[in-house]
Formats: sequence, C-alpha cells, structure tokens
Amino acid sequence: MGRWELAALAIAGLVLLPVVSLALVAAQGSEGLWGHLARNVLPVAVRDTAILLTGVGLMVAAIGVTTAWLVSACDFPGRRIFEWALLLPLAVPTYIIAYAYLDLLHPIGPVQTTLRAWLGIASPRDLRLPDIRSMGGCILLLGLVLYPYVYLPVRAVFLMQSGDPLAAARTLGRGPLASFVAVALPLARPAIAAGTALALMEAMNDIGAAEFLGVRTLTVSVYTTWISRSDLPGAAQIALAMLAVVVALVAVERTARRRQRFAVGGRRHPLVPVRLRGWAAAGAVAACSVPVALGFLAPASYLVYEAAERIRFAGVSPRLIGEAINTALFAGMATLVVVVLAVAVTGAARLRPSRLTASASRVASLGYAIPGTVLAIGILPVVTLADRQIAAAAQTFFGASVGLLMLGSGAALVYAYAARFLAIGTGGIEAGLAPVSPSLDHAARTLGRSEAGTLRDVHLPITRPAITAAGLIVFIDCAKELPATLLLRPLNFETLATHLYGEAARGTYEDAAIAALIIVAIGILPVTLLAPLRGRKRPSG
Amino acid sequence: MHASKLAILVGTLAGAGAVMPVAAQELNLYTTREPGLIQPLLDSFTASSGVKVNTIFLKEGLAERVQQEGTASLADVLMTVDIGNLVDLTDRGLTQPVESAVLSEAIPANLRDEAGNWFALSQRARVLYAEKDLDLSEFHYEDLADPAWKGKVCIRSGQHPYNVALTAAYIVHHGEDAARTWLTGVKDNLARKAGGGDRDVARDIMGGICDIGIANSYYVGLMRSGAGGPEQEEWAKAIKVILPTFEDGGTQVNVSGAAVAKNAPNREQAVQLLEYLVSDAAQKEYAEANFEYPVRASAGVDPIIAELGTLSTDEVNLTEIARQRKAASELAEEVGFDN
Repeated sequence: MGRWELAALAIAGLVLLPVVSLALVAAQGSEGLWGHLARNVLPVAVRDTAILLTGVGLMVAAIGVTTAWLVSACDFPGRRIFEWALLLPLAVPTYIIAYAYLDLLHPIGPVQTTLRAWLGIASPRDLRLPDIRSMGGCILLLGLVLYPYVYLPVRAVFLMQSGDPLAAARTLGRGPLASFVAVALPLARPAIAAGTALALMEAMNDIGAAEFLGVRTLTVSVYTTWISRSDLPGAAQIALAMLAVVVALVAVERTARRRQRFAVGGRRHPLVPVRLRGWAAAGAVAACSVPVALGFLAPASYLVYEAAERIRFAGVSPRLIGEAINTALFAGMATLVVVVLAVAVTGAARLRPSRLTASASRVASLGYAIPGTVLAIGILPVVTLADRQIAAAAQTFFGASVGLLMLGSGAALVYAYAARFLAIGTGGIEAGLAPVSPSLDHAARTLGRSEAGTLRDVHLPITRPAITAAGLIVFIDCAKELPATLLLRPLNFETLATHLYGEAARGTYEDAAIAALIIVAIGILPVTLLAPLRGRKRPSG
Repeated sequence: MHASKLAILVGTLAGAGAVMPVAAQELNLYTTREPGLIQPLLDSFTASSGVKVNTIFLKEGLAERVQQEGTASLADVLMTVDIGNLVDLTDRGLTQPVESAVLSEAIPANLRDEAGNWFALSQRARVLYAEKDLDLSEFHYEDLADPAWKGKVCIRSGQHPYNVALTAAYIVHHGEDAARTWLTGVKDNLARKAGGGDRDVARDIMGGICDIGIANSYYVGLMRSGAGGPEQEEWAKAIKVILPTFEDGGTQVNVSGAAVAKNAPNREQAVQLLEYLVSDAAQKEYAEANFEYPVRASAGVDPIIAELGTLSTDEVNLTEIARQRKAASELAEEVGFDN
C-alpha cells in the first residue's frame, strides 16, 4: 500500500470515526422505539420527507441547470452580472430566509398590509391568504437558497466543457434546445447529481427552517427522540437508518451512471455563447433574475431594513466584531483543511484507481448525510478521547496540565466542519475531474511526471474552477454552521451563527438581523472573489 | 496524518484567542439558558464576589457534553430552562448534592431537589393569550380541547419543552388516556400548524389567524415593556392575558434552574453563584429584567406581571412532571400534534 492509499484511508477514517461512535451509541438499544415510530411517526415523516426532497430536488435542478446553461451558453443583457449574482442566495442560511419570509408575508407584514390597503380591507380577519408555514412554503424557500449547490458545479462543468461536441450536434442538424438535451446535459450529469445530492442532504438535515415553517421531516423525529425523551440511542438509530437510505440512493445513481464515460480530451474550443434577442433575451433575463430577487434581494433587503431599525433602537453590540472574526477565521481554516483533504482523497481515487481508494472517497462524503447536531454528538466522544490522550501525553512528557485541548482550543470545531463538509469538496472536485480524459493522465505520466506531479500540473490547473467553487461553498457553509458550533466550541467563544441563535432563543429576532446581515456579507465576500471563475475570456461571436 | 498536525496548529492558533480558564477565582457555567438574559446577574455576581464567570451556551447536548468530558470537565454550574432537562441531568448522575442553608431557606421545598441535586431559580407560568376584545375572563387548560375553539387556537410545537411539560402536567392530573383525548382535541382546534415561538401567538392573534393561544408569562413583560422593540409592543396590544388553571388545580408553572456539576473543579464558587442567584437582589433582577416569577416570594414581581392577576401555582410536584416527560412527548407524536 502506497502513500496515496494510506492518505485516503486516514481521511476516510476521520469521517468514519464519528459514524462509528454513533453506531456504538445506537447499539445501546432503545426499547419499544421502532414500534412507536412505525405506528405514530414514520408514516407521516417518511411521506413528508419524500415530498420535501422531491420538491426541493426538482426545484434546485430546474433553476440550477437552466440558469447555469443560460449564463454559459447564451449571451443576453446582464449576463455578466447574473453569472455571480446567481450565487448570492447561497449566503442566506435557511433559517434566515424562513424567518424573513414569515415576517414579510405575515398578515400584519408589509406585503399583506399593502395589499389590504389597495383592496380597502380593514381587518386581516377579512382576507385570509395561504400561509407560508406549509410544505409548499418550505419547498419554495429551501429551493430558493439551495439551487446554487447545483448552479455552481454545473456552470463550472459547462465552462470547462469543450464546445466541439455541441458544435457537432448543431452541425448534425439538432436545434439549440435539442443539442443541449442530447449533449450538454449528459456531460453535466455528474455535476448535476453531485449538486442536487448536496442540496437534498442540506434540505433533509435542515431543522431551522422546518421548525419555523412547521414541516415534520425525519430529522425532526431524530431531534424529538433525542431532545424530548433523552433517548440518544434511539435518535442515533434513526439517523443511521437515514444515512443507510442516503448511501443506497447515491449508489443507485452512481450505478446508473457507471456505463457512461464523460471524458473530453484533445484540443478544446470553448463554448461560443449564442446571442439571444427579443423575447428570448427577455425570457433569459427573467429566468435569471427571479431566483436572485426572491432568494437574495428580498430577504437581504428585509435584513438591512430590520438591522437599521434595530441599530436605531438598541445600537450595535461591540461583540459582533470579535464574533465576525471568529466566524471568518474558523470557516477559513476549515475550508483550507477541506480543500487539502478533498484533493488528496479524490486525487488518490483518480491516480491509484482501486476499490480501496474509491471506497475511501465514498466514505469521506458520509458526514454531510447526517444531521449536523447528530454528527456533532458523534464527534464529541472522538474528540474527548483524543483530548484525554493528549492530556496524558502532556503530563508524561512535559509534566504539564493542558486540560481538554481540542475542545478548549476550537480545534474540535475545525474537525467537525471538515468532517461535515468534506462531501462538498470531494463532490465538487470529482465532478470537475470527471470530464478530464484519463489520456491526459497517461500523457503526463509518460512525460515523466510523478503522480503528485500529474495532480499538480494537470489536474489542479484544469479543475481550478471546480475546486474554487467547492471551497467557496464550504466556506459559506462553515460560516452558517450552527449545531456543531454550539456543541463543540470552547467557553466564552461565539460566532455570528451562535450569536444569532442566542438572540432567536430569547425571541429577539430583530436583534439577530445585524448578525444575520454580517453572515450574509461574509458569504458574499468570497462570491466577489470568484473573478477567475467568471472572467474567462471568450472569443467574440 | 497531516490532518492532526493541522489540528494542532489550528488549536494553537485558536488557543490564543479563546479563553482557557485556569485561575482559581473563576467559574464555568454551562447553560441552555441564553446567557444574554442573565448576563447582568453574572456581572453583579462578579462585581460582588470577584469570581469571573465563563459561559458556554448550549442548545442540545448539554448533558452529552458534560458526560463525555468526564472527570476533565470544566463545568461547575449547569443551568437549564425547564424542569425536564434539569431532572434529567440529575438522573444521569451529572450533578452533585449541595447542602446550603442559604439555598434551602430561600427556595421553597417543592422547587428544589430533596437531596440538593438541583434548585429552581425562577418560575414562569404557561398562560393564555386571547384576542383583546374576546368575551373571556377565565379559562381552564381543559377548555383548549373544547370544539367551540375549532380553528381558533395557536401554539408552538407539541415537542417544545414548555408544551411537553404542560402535557405532562395534564397526565399527572387526569391520566394518560384523558391526556390523549385532550391533546387530540387541541390538535383539532389549531388554526395553523403547531410551530414557531411563544411570541408568534400574539402576532398571529393580531394577524387574525387565531383567537387564543398558550404561551409563557414573561413574554408578555418583554413585549409590553418595549424591551422587544416597537413592533412587539404592537403585538402585545392585540392581546389580553388570562392565567388559566387546571379544573382541579392551579396554573401550570415551569422553572429555570441550576445544579452543581459532579466534577466541578470550582465547587465552592459554584455554590457561591447559586446562593447569589437566590439573594433578594438577584431575585428582584429576575423579576424586573426578565419578567419572571422569583422563587423567593419576598422579591415580588414586576408591575406588568402583577397586572396579569394573582398566580395560584398548580400543586403538582415538579419531579412528577419531569417523570411524565417521555410519555407526554410520545403522546404528541401519537396524536400527530405537529403534523
């Protein structure tokens, strides 16, 4: 076994440890749980989870692929702005968009108040509109902030794609739409699958928006079993059962895709954007602006307004600056760790293809399929065990007492973020590597490059857009992360998300608007740094 | 394993920023109660005792974290916002008995553990918010299931600790079967899905979505005093508050409370903090800043809360309510309360 295999195994082990510790908890047993679940919980929870995931899946795939295609293959007014603006909803956490819309669309909120004024209706009791607190509302809001998980990798693939196959399709008489469906879509399929899977896992494990909007998913059942009944073994059992289903679904998709090869090699002529005019251009502008307006502009303007009100009422807490630094610092460190680990594990699978390295890269993605708090609970014993070993070693070798080093220093947080979000890194990089022909690898090896050299000189430059994109999502996700941060942070340590949660726990959501706004701002920053991704030179056509 | 090297590097970096409490005159508080609410109390404790208080606010997993930290745990005081979680900490053996004349004098016997494992620090009542013009002056919790209220009731999730405790109290009063019938009836009366927070009840009444709802007493103070901002003051104007009772009992009251951790490195300071929190000054602060009912009767309540009427606390023992927690949570799932 070489260095690559060892590295891949070690990385998989880091993610597997918390899962194993959860399995140990689950094995303690929970009497009568499954009878109760089967009778009273599962029928509704499974149905609602299925409806939610189907709805969100369709929505993110439709919005993500359409907009990615429009900005990469077509030219229309505002395209350059939309290219990055379409990413903005990523910066809005699900619990924030849920809260914002609940406020905006509430009977006494601005939308309905204005509507009643127009219609001349005095009391909200005389005009009852559908409530956003419903399954439909939940699908809509989650879809609006999660579609960038699809948009980003799919667009990266479209940008990396050669225009040749598409040109061939056109030459062979296919129309623009038909050649998109026949050529571009299949080529982007790994990216679409990876992006949609991320969005669905995020939707499935969401607890904030679901709580606000009154939707009961399986994850809510996990929480209830644990929190309301102190039955952690039972909660771990449900979480692991869900994990098994997710793993099975992902395996099915992979098997379905196995027979296809997506590699594109040789000289690449970039996609030449088709200039849209008239109604087609107007349609493209509309298709791109609606997700940005609803997923970002509306909730963000609401936050700006609320934050301004709040600053006038109560001023700004000076603690926010330190919390913003903590947030950016820890998200940054975790992103660095994730990118390095993801490159190593996907690189191993690519350069040393074997069942071992392939499984390692699958296992490395498990963390994202477990609800955040549950994963954090699985990490807790791992970290404290490590801490006890470190403490014992420090005592032996230095005679010093270091306490709980990982928990006390925040290293536990970086580990938790990495274990949870590694899937985003591996998924993104894999999807980016898929269209790169193995013949390029062979050429590099023939020219005397080592494996590491091939990775550095061939794969990294080609997949840079995909890596940057994945790193961006990881950073934003870490900045938004709440449950693991709450559980595993040191004393006296706050991030913006924990501050926000604290305010929400007090019921002073308005105070939270400022923290929420800074989270969104921190999320936007890297979006604007994506210049290399958007500024690719195109031949004028 | 370059990951572990990185972790150590990261740890060292972060260690510079995070506080690693080692000095003797410090005390570590693990709390599910948002520290902002009690920060003024902690500050005055530090001012009078010279003991610095480090806090970590945990939502879920307080017990799990303390358990895993084991003998190396830094936790001195554990604080929760409901009786169920407080008793749970004791049941798991994470607390230690404290004998303190100050505590047993200040806190009535029914609001603390017999063995001294936990102590209630403040009380909050589960009250009725009603549309202000509604012709209604008294209310029983049992009435929530009355079909007359069909489509008119708002309430948060049946799994929230506050509602779990209410259902548990119902079980203690009337038995599990009656509680099931009641909860089904309440579910049928809901105007919207169970969910959101307690203040949403007031907002939804103002928005015409419902006429009545169950929520905690102190939110009335937070909204009416303007502490929650001008918007919430408006919400509070749309409602009136009734102190409901059980037909054969009083108003259901939950507690926030604290315990000294089993492996507390600063036990002495921990007891000192608890004793401070039940002092007259601190109990006044609970009442005035947080609009809670103090456990020390002599501290009195805030005028806004006094206006709600005289509280006649339900006699049911808190420990009994905590014991019915699991049954209450399962009932909520059985009747599909949150579906």
